[in-house]
Amino acid sequence: MSEKAYMIPNPPTPNKAVEFNPDICIGCNLCVDVCPTDVMMPNPEKKQPPIVVYPEECWYCGGCVEECPRPGAITMLHPTQQRISMNWKRKDTGELFRLGMKNPPPPDTRPPSG
Amino acid sequence: MSTWHDYVQRSGKLPEWPYPLDYGKVNEVVADVLVIGGGVAGMQAAISAARTGVKVAVLERGHAKRSGAGGAGVDHWHGAVTNPCSGVTPLMYTEACYESMKGWTGGHVRYIITRESWDTLLDCEKMGVQIRDVRDEFKGADFRDDETKLMFAYDYKSRHVIRVWGYNIKVKVYEEARRIGVNIYNRMMPTRLLTEGGKQGGRVIGATAVDTRTGEFYIFRSRATVICTGGAGRLYDFAPEVTASSSMGNLNSSGAGEAIGWDAGAEFVCMEGSGPARLAGYAYAPYSMANAHNTYHGTPIVDADGKEVPWVDGFNRPIKTVQERFQPSEGQDFMLGEGIGISRYLEQYRNNLLASDLPERIRRGEFKLPLYADFTRLSEAERRCIWGMMVGNEGKTRIAIYDTMSRAGFDPDKDLFQAPVTAPQGYDHPNFWSTGVNTPPSIRMGGGGGFLVDWNLRTNLEGLYIGAGGNLFGGGCHGESHTTGRYAGRHAAEYAKTAPEPVPDRIQIEAEKARAYNATRQSKDGNGWKEINAAIARIMRDYCGEYKNEQTLNLGLRLLNELKTTELESAYASNPHELGRLLECHSIITVGELIMKTALERKASNSILGFKRLDYPETDPPDWNKLLPIRQEDNKVKVRELPLDFHLKAPYAPDYEENYRKYGGV
Repeated sequence: MSEKAYMIPNPPTPNKAVEFNPDICIGCNLCVDVCPTDVMMPNPEKKQPPIVVYPEECWYCGGCVEECPRPGAITMLHPTQQRISMNWKRKDTGELFRLGMKNPPPPDTRPPSG
Repeated sequence: MSTWHDYVQRSGKLPEWPYPLDYGKVNEVVADVLVIGGGVAGMQAAISAARTGVKVAVLERGHAKRSGAGGAGVDHWHGAVTNPCSGVTPLMYTEACYESMKGWTGGHVRYIITRESWDTLLDCEKMGVQIRDVRDEFKGADFRDDETKLMFAYDYKSRHVIRVWGYNIKVKVYEEARRIGVNIYNRMMPTRLLTEGGKQGGRVIGATAVDTRTGEFYIFRSRATVICTGGAGRLYDFAPEVTASSSMGNLNSSGAGEAIGWDAGAEFVCMEGSGPARLAGYAYAPYSMANAHNTYHGTPIVDADGKEVPWVDGFNRPIKTVQERFQPSEGQDFMLGEGIGISRYLEQYRNNLLASDLPERIRRGEFKLPLYADFTRLSEAERRCIWGMMVGNEGKTRIAIYDTMSRAGFDPDKDLFQAPVTAPQGYDHPNFWSTGVNTPPSIRMGGGGGFLVDWNLRTNLEGLYIGAGGNLFGGGCHGESHTTGRYAGRHAAEYAKTAPEPVPDRIQIEAEKARAYNATRQSKDGNGWKEINAAIARIMRDYCGEYKNEQTLNLGLRLLNELKTTELESAYASNPHELGRLLECHSIITVGELIMKTALERKASNSILGFKRLDYPETDPPDWNKLLPIRQEDNKVKVRELPLDFHLKAPYAPDYEENYRKYGGV
């Protein structure tokens, strides 16, 4: 038995641009308020995460993440074509890494200067 | 649970428009000074105007807290030549830019910028932007002055480019504007400048706009107006699905300010200039990959086997040490730095760069791809400064690069950061992530043209002033936008104090209202804005690309008009967001027309403007060594001639400083 299917336009490219964690997001819509290009809209259901309506209009400034009062509620996701391009190599072992890999190395916890 | 697709399939219903909808409802706002465009320039214009005691309104396309090209941050501030450590004077810097461009940049605007850049940065510091190493993180580093705690970029001897912690600079100027009572109207798409009597060429007395969330109509009445908008980023190229993530200008860049200025009768120069569109977006997320340019200046680049790529100085002579990458060489008074809105540099002001024959050496097999940035070859201070200070504060780097890469485990102390893999000629410029080689050559970007302004940064139209970088002849990038905005706001406020009451022409307003809402009245199966935008870009690429002649330009104008009166006329907007984007298409077409009409007037090719006329192939003939200011009068094109050094000729004084003292208003 298959799940119900809909006639629906193709998923946009990029698919998401940002992703919400519904366990952390409180639906305050501060990110919606400041997004320069109106990528997101408030969810019709109160206290639910905003809906990403226009992901192809995102230019990845990260302002929504900076504005968010609940760390981890919103994550900026580079498009897959960019994630696949952001590669690095550990100098002494030659190990290869990339943004979005399955088993990433531990995070570098050093905060930026300032 | 984040996307529209997820919501629709989960709930089985379409989400309704979330904002109260009231197309055409009229709101009137009265101010002494209206600022159009609430980016960094617009905020500075608003603040400097409001500080003189006048009432200020800002009309902003996004939300002014974080919007605009400068809204994503800044890591180094150019032209701060009057800082206490600088070895460069405003005159030296202005002449270096002017001579590098052989006169094809507004020298007066450059002088204003360098005269006030440091003061503007000090203003930013008072608003809460960190411009000094107050925590002594870099104490003793050779790019730092231990007395003032200022840190410098590019040229550690001349010390006129200041490294800043500007990831939050937009938030800080926004908060200051709010604090001193500036009224900010967000989500506004400007549609027209209001002029006295509704006449083209008349005194500018405000603007109309549409709220792109509610659909409401706004009439702004003002004694003076400052345009602080960006350029038309979607003019030659429209493929946001691919390019938006690699671009340094967001999708709101529709040239709206230029379009309404042109329609109102404002004068422009050098709009025919263009260059290869390095930043058009056919590349990689900004700063997301190894390179050795601007923010990454001085970064060691190694090949796949770890062999380091050598550096050369401005005269193409080899550089031996890392320290020398940050010092002017013999024959150079100082280096200008990169990202200041000029497209060519005389050797005596040019930066040190990666070896210019790198593409050839890659072809020969001397360097093996891929290339990497090896930060471990830098001193700890230099490494931390590039990755951690610069990357972390520059536009689109705090969240997009520093946080993202750190969370993913990238460690500059241990890792080699990979550069893009491109054809060998892709390495002819050290800014690898922008890989100009991947951009189709027919995609052009503006070549420094814009509004023509006087020493007050006023246009030919009474009441209309210009700030910002991209739309101002002689403008630059981030810091230059702050500085020109601040100067223009001050002058607009001064004018507003004695300007007569603005009385808009009701016929002009009614006509504009009818035009603005046309797309809401069309058939629901009409074209959408993306379809139109892609067609505009096609026309521009084909008929006004790198090479042009009279026939292609006239055909291009014809096709833009075809599009405007056919597909765009019948395009449908299903909500205020789409309406805003369709109104932007009108702006973009207008800017395209302005460029083509300007290009028709220059009947000679020009090497500085990157202007290639197939029907006038002679390059730089002396007779055409002049500006051609262009405007509309009764909807007809009017062109005049102006010498390149008009800013030092009557009615102005022959000396930069004398003019600044007379017009600067300080």
